[in-house]
Amino acid sequence: MSQWLPIADIAAKVQAGELKAADLVERSLKTIADKQDYEAIIVTTEKRARERAAEIDKRTAKGDKVGRLAGVPFIAKDNFLAFGAETTAASNILKGFNAPYQATVIERLEAEGAICVAKANLDAFAHGSSTENSDFFTTKNPYDKTRVPGGSSGGSAAAVALEMAPFATGTDTGSSIRLPAAFCGVVGLKPTYGLVSRSGIVAMASSLDSPGPLARTVDDAALVLDVIAGRDDLDSTTIERDERSYTDLEFDLKGKKIGILKEYMDDSVDADVREHIQAAVKKLEAAGAEISTVSIPSMPLSLSVYYIVCPAEVSSNLSRYDGQRFGYSYPDAKDLDESYKKSRSIGFGEEAKRRIMIGTYVISSGYHDAYYKQAQTVRTKLVKEFEKAFSEVDFMVGPVSPTKPFKIGERAKHPLQMYLADLLMVGSNLVGIPAISVPAGLSDGLPVGLQIMASQKADRHLLAMAKRAEELLA
Amino acid sequence: MARGLLQLWLTMAKLTRDDVLKLAELARLDLNEAEIEQFAAELSEILQYVEQLQGVDTKGLEPTHQVTGLTNVTRADEVRDYGYKPEDLLKNVPHVKDNQIKVKRMLG
Repeated sequence: MSQWLPIADIAAKVQAGELKAADLVERSLKTIADKQDYEAIIVTTEKRARERAAEIDKRTAKGDKVGRLAGVPFIAKDNFLAFGAETTAASNILKGFNAPYQATVIERLEAEGAICVAKANLDAFAHGSSTENSDFFTTKNPYDKTRVPGGSSGGSAAAVALEMAPFATGTDTGSSIRLPAAFCGVVGLKPTYGLVSRSGIVAMASSLDSPGPLARTVDDAALVLDVIAGRDDLDSTTIERDERSYTDLEFDLKGKKIGILKEYMDDSVDADVREHIQAAVKKLEAAGAEISTVSIPSMPLSLSVYYIVCPAEVSSNLSRYDGQRFGYSYPDAKDLDESYKKSRSIGFGEEAKRRIMIGTYVISSGYHDAYYKQAQTVRTKLVKEFEKAFSEVDFMVGPVSPTKPFKIGERAKHPLQMYLADLLMVGSNLVGIPAISVPAGLSDGLPVGLQIMASQKADRHLLAMAKRAEELLA
Repeated sequence: MARGLLQLWLTMAKLTRDDVLKLAELARLDLNEAEIEQFAAELSEILQYVEQLQGVDTKGLEPTHQVTGLTNVTRADEVRDYGYKPEDLLKNVPHVKDNQIKVKRMLG
């Protein structure tokens, strides 16, 4: 039994005066303190959280309507700009950075009464699949402390699994919400690209970055999405939201066409994960879904496309860390060029440098067409193949990760092996569709996640399907 | 360069020390000896992996630069007050003088 009620119930009770926001914040902070050996949290925002809780309790006492997340504590991945503590993206170069404004996601959550209590660990700048690339420390998997929680939103996923708060925010550029959700046994939603604003989030790869929720249940994730989704004047790539609420998850699985992605169930996936997913699909079939096999022939190329497009955008986005406007600045430079070089070389960690170098290579003159343009053109091939598949089925399913949570240190010394963890997830980022990780039970004591994908903008439909899967796999 | 030749060159692509130094200069990074050696090996391996794209037939396809289909997202050209003071927005700047960002001299 979780110490947290469903988010909608918590908010209703706070609104009615049956629960105090102040008590919920203390419960959160106590759990964070009790479980600090998992190293999920970089810093708490306790002073501001307590002030906000007191304010909310005062308003509810007066009978003011606070909002749909009244008094609900949450944890923000530390690449979200938020007040109350530094925003570092788990990077040394941003140490000491105090956000002058908040991310749109944080603003929208606060406007409905949610309270940020802490900032969660991540791979620095969200570059990674394990949190081992954090410049500060590695978060431990809640199911086995010798294993990684997945990444890059590993702190957020572990925090939700450890019940530090009912939900957390994450960002998914190539797996970073879904992989840690799967490794920590929680729900993680990567929404359609553009549905959730990127304003105020430390940029990784701008054509792929998709902010979204990590939560204990699909209902909770849906409520959070409903609060944060939609057009934002501060992010010109945002799209219109559904007029219908994303919490309206009425759904009949009978007759729904579900495609098992052939390329997701081959030898690139460990046998025990494959068997686990096959068993989950059998349950969906027994409940009335029509199961078939579909193919995205270019899927095996998606990781190559990703590891050209992503570093190209990363190298461009990280060029703003020049030691002049914010972040670490080398104090003894003779001239501007030395100031740039020393500030960046001392400030950036190994993985950021690696991605800057790859990105610089693939967009440098002479190689641009062979690498970057070719990758973006193969991306078009993927878009067309996904479109065709979704003309045949309503949803596609497969594993989230080809393996179960791996040991801390196992892949850290081998970048390409680490990149392969994202194999089954980067496709949805490249084509912009929504995808979700739903817990599919344990295999030898470790969580396995079922990945469900739907067509672009079918986020509500995807959540409804995920809720049914959650019930069947519980 | 003929496409066939280019492909041959790419499949042999292995970054030399000089390549790494040139990239580091473009990216304004100072790498130490260990990093130069490490990145030469790792980047070569990663580039060899992504070279699987070179043979892919993409005839008649245009590159995808964005997936939303949105075009010309604009707003009225007017000042909006978000309530930020200049000093708030400058508080993370390492060196400020008269509300302006101060940098080192540009010419040696």
